[in-house]
Order: sequence, then C-alpha cells, then structure tokens
Amino acid sequence: MSLLIENATVVYPGVDGRLPTEALQQINLTMGDGDFVVVIGASGCGKSTLLNLIAGFLAPTEGRIMLDGVTVEGPGADRSVVFQKHALLPWLNVRDNIEFGLMLQGHAKGDRNKVANRFIELLGLNGFENSPVYALSGGMQQRVGIGRALTCDPKLLLMDEPLGALDALTREKAQELILRLWHDTGKSVFFITHSVEEALFMGTKLVVMSPRPGRITHEFKLSFSKQFLDGSRARSVKASPEFIKIREEVLAIIFADEGAT
Amino acid sequence: MSEQNNSHVTKAKSAASALIARLARERPTRPGESYGVPGSGDTMVLSLVTIGILLFVWWLITTMGWVKPLFIPSPQSVVAKFISVWKEGFTGTPLWMHILISAERVFGAFLLACAIGIPLGLAMGMSPLIRGIFDPPIEFYRPIPPLAYLPLMIIWFGIGETSKVLLIFLSVFAPVALGARAGVRSAAIEQIHAAYSFGATRWQVLRHIILPAAMPEILTAMRIGIGFGWTTLVAAEMVAATKGIGYMVLSASQFLQTAVVIMGIIVIACIAYLFDMLMRLIERKVVPWKGKM
Repeated sequence: MSLLIENATVVYPGVDGRLPTEALQQINLTMGDGDFVVVIGASGCGKSTLLNLIAGFLAPTEGRIMLDGVTVEGPGADRSVVFQKHALLPWLNVRDNIEFGLMLQGHAKGDRNKVANRFIELLGLNGFENSPVYALSGGMQQRVGIGRALTCDPKLLLMDEPLGALDALTREKAQELILRLWHDTGKSVFFITHSVEEALFMGTKLVVMSPRPGRITHEFKLSFSKQFLDGSRARSVKASPEFIKIREEVLAIIFADEGAT
Repeated sequence: MSEQNNSHVTKAKSAASALIARLARERPTRPGESYGVPGSGDTMVLSLVTIGILLFVWWLITTMGWVKPLFIPSPQSVVAKFISVWKEGFTGTPLWMHILISAERVFGAFLLACAIGIPLGLAMGMSPLIRGIFDPPIEFYRPIPPLAYLPLMIIWFGIGETSKVLLIFLSVFAPVALGARAGVRSAAIEQIHAAYSFGATRWQVLRHIILPAAMPEILTAMRIGIGFGWTTLVAAEMVAATKGIGYMVLSASQFLQTAVVIMGIIVIACIAYLFDMLMRLIERKVVPWKGKM
C-alpha cells in the first residue's frame, strides 16, 4: 500500500453571500505500507476533510490523491472507514453488522461467518454475536465498527476520531486494542484524533494541522507504539520523560494556533 | 354575613389553587425514572375513568329524560340496535356485510396507496428528478378535502366502486408518499458512507441502509394514512352506495334513526382503533430499535 497526496487543495464555495473557505491548502503527504499516521489539530483545521478526500467522498479542488499509483475517484472497498458514531446499523445484530461489508460484496454466508468469527474473537465480542448493537456500551459498539471495517481486508483503514465518544478508561483500553490489531494485521492506518496523548502513543507518524486555511504545519516520526508492542505498559510509555517532552511541544504548537485566531 | 361569604369564596379559591399546584408540581423521581421527562407517567387508569364518566353521563342524561332520544338515544338502545342490526341487518344487508364491504374499500385503497406511495415516496426522496415531477401535483391536491373533489371523481369514474376506492386511495396516498419521502432522510450520513466505503452500489445503499432506516417513518405514515382512509370512508359512500358502514350511517340519518348513526360511528371507531393497535404491534416487531440509536 502506498498513499500519495499531492498539492491537495479543497475550497468550499461561499453560500449565501459568505466568502469561499479554503478548507485545505496544498496538502502533501505520503504514507507507506504498515504506517500508522495520526492527524491532530484544532477544530476546523480540515482533518475530516482530508480523511474524506482519501476515502473518496470528496474530490479535491486541486491536486490529486493516489493509492498504489491509481488516482482515487470515489469510495472503494480498499479503504474502510471507522466513524466516531452513528455508523452501525441498529436493525442488524452484532454479527450481521460485522459481516455487512462482506455481505455487500456478495460473499457466501459460510465464508462471511468464518471471517467474522475471527474478528469477533480478536475484538472480544464473543457471546454478543446475536445482541442488537443499540444494547451495547459505547466501547463495544466501537469495536463492532472496527471489526466491520477490518473484515473486508482493506489496504488502508481510515479512522475518524473513532475513540472520541468513549470515556477515558475505555478509551485507553481501545487504544491498546487498536495497536495490537494494527500490529497483528499489518494494516496501514490513517487516524484522526483530538487527543495529543492518543496521537503520540498510537502513531508512527504524527501530522499536525493548522486551521484557516487548513494545512500541515509539522510532521513527527514516532516510536512510542513500538515500545508498547515490545512489552512496556501503556501508562509507563505515556508517563516517560521523552513522551511528556514531545507532548508539551505538540500542545504548544496547537495552542499557538488557537491564540493566533 | 357578606364578609362570611367572602371568606368562604376565598377558602374555596385557595383550596382549588392548592389542588392545581399539587397536580402540576414536579416531584422527585423514584429509582428507575428520570427527572423532568415531559409528560411522563401512566395514563391507563385516567383513560378508563374518562370513558366510564362519559358513558355514565350519556346514560344519565338519556335515562333522566333531559335529552330527547331523537338527539341522543340511550346507550341501552344503541346496544339493542347493534344486536338487532347484527341479527336482522340494515336495509336487508347484515351488519357484518356492511363492515366487510367498507373494510374492503378502506384496506383495498390502503394497500394500493402503500404499494404505489411508498416506492414513489422513496424515489422522490432519492432523486431530484422524480421529486421535481411529483411534488407539485401531490402538494396541490393534498390539502384539499376529499369531499371537494368527490364530484370530479364521480364525473370521471362514475358512481361505481372505482370512484369510491379512488377517493379513499387519494386520501391515504399523500401522507404515505410524503412519509416515505421524509423517511429517506433518516439514515445517518455515516451509515451511508460506511456502505459506500465497502464498495456498495447505489441500489445496495437504498436496499440495505435507506429503506431499513426509513421504516419507522414509513410505519408512522401508514398509521396516519389509514386514519385518513377511515375519515374519507363516509364521504366515499355518500354516492350511490347500497352497502357499507358509511352508507348505513348516512342513510340512517335520513330516517332519523339516531341509534344506528351512533352505533355505526362506534363500529368505525372500534375497527380503526383495533387496526391502529395492530400497527403499533407491528411497529414494535419490525423496528424495535426505533429511537435507540
């Protein structure tokens, strides 16, 4: 998998006499196989717009998005999206939600079951296969959403603040789960978050964006997730001096943006 | 003396306002309830009491002879009428036949309206082309009372079954179609995007996301629609009908058989109510998730 974003600019036309807004300005970004790219930035900096570009829900005003050398021209099964909420189907139970993508792609019931079983196991959803999704806690619902995205074996997993609606404790557990899944499946992940700590802990590459116009201002290489996957406890990674140092650095950048507007 | 009277009045007033204050007071919730939910609380007992009081007042004013039977016949005589019409029929047709014929008209028109209205409503919600074409005629005729275009129906389609069923059909069609159209908007954009990101086609999105998400609104629209259907029944049976519950009511009114009129009204109300109960049951079975996500 290789993702290449070249000079992507998105301008929303002005409506009702308002001026056009430049949501993204000259975005350049590359992503390689197995990368875990985390995007962070103040509200309105265009994080979700960028994700929508990659997902193919939105066409850039200028520039292009290339996935494995082919220009992205619409949504497709090679890029699955995990949303913050409202994306599960309440009329289906847990298993049918997880199998949803495979069902759309016309896989036989037996094959679907086999794939779904693997992710039900991995995500700790055993015993809840037949539960209605609206009866689950927020954390479990999000695991169903992640399972659903993974069953279709996408090249790239797009996650739009997937943990934003969870409580702090559930959130940290979900971070560890996602990191293990990422490590075990070798998927490439594009991950949006509001939490600096989450961004630093999870990513192999951190992209900091800045609003009005939305643009990339900083990029950092990260290796904290490796420490965790090599056996360190999550909290001790997050409490290490080097983690705190870079955390404050990133926070200062984001706060400077806020102050400037 | 007058002072004493005044104090009585004041006492009565303050007692009344105290009662109102107590009824309107917010009380702390008990475990399992949540505070301040508007209109929370069970109404079953109050409803039964209201029905009982209405029946009692009806019985009282007729038994005491305060109102002539021509205007309001007694409950006993309405029940007696029900039994005699059930046994001997009205204008030579047994009551169950009147009911059956009316039910055929209403449910026939209802099924037809659903079969055409729901797909058309969904199509209007999905496509600006279809919305552009069908929105003006539907919005034009929707607010017109069926009685106003009944003459046209008769001129165009005669006095047979067609104009009767068509009149009821039209009254059901608009709410059902507009409900289905509004239901298209029920699906969250995240659900739609998720389907597309799995490579879904437009048709699959309609079949697996839009339609199930719209089911609560469609079922509600069907409930509203059948209500309009029963409302229009009497109008539909005004012309050249010789059978049907609406015909029975109208023709009884011409012979001042008020007991039959009231009996017919109650029969219509009961059928409509039973069907509404059935629809609610279906709703609970089909969309148990309604309002939960």
